[in-house]
Amino acid sequence: MPLETAQTASLPKTPTGIAGFDEITLGGLPTGRPTLICGAAGCGKTLFAATFLVNGATLYGEPGVFISFEERAQDLAANFASLGYDFEALVAAGTIAVDHVHVERSEIEESGDYDLEGLFVRIGYAVDSIGAKRVVLDTIESLFSGFNDAAILRAELRRLFGWLKDRGLTAVITGERGEGQLTRQGLEEYISDCVILLDNRVIDQIATRRLRVVKYRGSAHGTNEYPFLIDAEGISVLPVTSSGLNRPVSNEIISTGIAGLDAMLRNGGFFRGSSLLLSGVAGTGKTTVSASFVNAACARGERCMFFVFEESAEEVCRNALSIGLELQQWVDAGLLRFEAARPSLFGLEMHLARMHRDVDRFKPSVVVVDPISAFRGPETDVHATLLRMVDLLKSRGITALFTSLRSASAELEGTEQALSSLMDSWIKLVDVEANGERNRVLYIIKSRGSSHSNQVREYRMTDHGIELIHAYIGPEGVLTGTARLAQEAREEAATVRRQQEINQRARELARRRAGLERQIADLQAAIEAESDEAQSLSREEQARTATLAEGRAAIAARRGFAE
Amino acid sequence: MITSSAEPRESATEPKRYHLRLYVAGQTTKSLMAIHNLKSFCETHLNGEYEIELIDLVENPRLAAGDQILAIPTLVRRLPEPLKRIIGDLSNTEKVLVGLDLQPRAKLP
Repeated sequence: MPLETAQTASLPKTPTGIAGFDEITLGGLPTGRPTLICGAAGCGKTLFAATFLVNGATLYGEPGVFISFEERAQDLAANFASLGYDFEALVAAGTIAVDHVHVERSEIEESGDYDLEGLFVRIGYAVDSIGAKRVVLDTIESLFSGFNDAAILRAELRRLFGWLKDRGLTAVITGERGEGQLTRQGLEEYISDCVILLDNRVIDQIATRRLRVVKYRGSAHGTNEYPFLIDAEGISVLPVTSSGLNRPVSNEIISTGIAGLDAMLRNGGFFRGSSLLLSGVAGTGKTTVSASFVNAACARGERCMFFVFEESAEEVCRNALSIGLELQQWVDAGLLRFEAARPSLFGLEMHLARMHRDVDRFKPSVVVVDPISAFRGPETDVHATLLRMVDLLKSRGITALFTSLRSASAELEGTEQALSSLMDSWIKLVDVEANGERNRVLYIIKSRGSSHSNQVREYRMTDHGIELIHAYIGPEGVLTGTARLAQEAREEAATVRRQQEINQRARELARRRAGLERQIADLQAAIEAESDEAQSLSREEQARTATLAEGRAAIAARRGFAE
Repeated sequence: MITSSAEPRESATEPKRYHLRLYVAGQTTKSLMAIHNLKSFCETHLNGEYEIELIDLVENPRLAAGDQILAIPTLVRRLPEPLKRIIGDLSNTEKVLVGLDLQPRAKLP
């Protein structure tokens, strides 16, 4: 047994290639050891086992043997073809061998002591024929229905597990779940090194597939129940646990696609990788704001994923068109992907699991979930689911926008209350009813790591997107809509009136000034006239004086110097 | 009358009434026991109207799938139809008789 020596540091593991499963088992199934997959009918045991085998053959270069106790080889091939596995081609290529072990009790008579060496020989032969490293036995219970002597079977089963181990085969054995224990015989789980329990639980008419690693000798493993999916793309396990809080942060700012909203934030947008909550009552345009956000991201060339739970993708596209956002072009360009599903289609876990898978496949940088309030269920479950959803997106550095429908009356709903602490930013859309009309306003409740406007802003949906308008804030409070318009009109009229008054005053002043100036001119003229008169008087006086002097001289001359 | 063959073959000469095939895996106690029990059973109950083929799966493992062999030893009644299987070392003669339709099941306790 070469494995015993190789086991010093850590147990060697064989990857299953099943998305998520190798993560929770920290590498896969124990190499060279038997693993039991148990569960009730229809849990996906056979599929799990077959996926393990096919992935081994196609991805890891490990040929595998499928020992089927229930289905014939051709039925198996047909089953797996429906999941996209070409069993027959793999068989033809010699990387997979199938042996259908048919056990028919009615044909068998037991007489004396026997063992199951024939089965060993068959497995051994199949393994040797293709050099297999992996073996699947599906389903081991069938043996018990075929033989009477349970004591021999139990002993042989024990020997079989030991034999598989001795041969260093990584084996997957499927088993039906028994009453009150993991398997019907209550034996297999003790002789397996690893036990995986599959479950398909129905709660409130919604089925959720879950997987749990019950035991794993010599290895740590995730102990939770993990939801898993079986769909056209095979099986995927979704390790959606609450991850730690050590995530990369980004200082990059991304625009919301609404200029007015960006302007309300000091940084001009939100941090990349942050989570935004957009809450509002019905008809406040939560989806429309989301569409603007997505449109802006796509325009930047980023990949976006839009999870819609209340509308179809087509409806969202059409409705966005009404505000001038053409989302279909981004869908066509492969930048935007819609995932629409009714909330009632799956359980919460399943929704989360599905989102997890879709996000990991599409690798978007922006994700919108519209709305989270569509998730119904026990409050703790909803909260836990949303917490993990936020964690899931944050841990990948994805900017997430969640919308939440609030009922008009309630102050804060439970989920909203609980969720708000998870969110980095919270924008609230409110409708204001006054004067017989309804208007929409928004405000930013919080925005971690960035100062933001404290103003309540009215916004309108126009042909070219969402526009923010300065709300009129007067002595009577915030006025919106028509009231705002009326108030603005009133103010404008007052302004005009004031202007007219001013003009009138100005004209009057001008008139008075003109009058005064006229008076000044008159007085000036009078002064000039008087000054002229004075001059002429002066001249006359001089002339008279001169004449008098002349006269006196003449008289003096005439009198002759008689005196 | 016991042939040890690599390939299961149809009898070349005129077919006997009973065509039996015994699968064993190596020379284990159970195998030897089964061979011994089968021989004495046939001599006692089948009156020369039989042919036995002995297949050792250790030598020919690929033959196990053909007759859907799981348990060892397994005795397969090829002829007459229908095909019958008896597993075990054949120590219980009563059950072998039932298994080969030589005695109706109802007589069993």
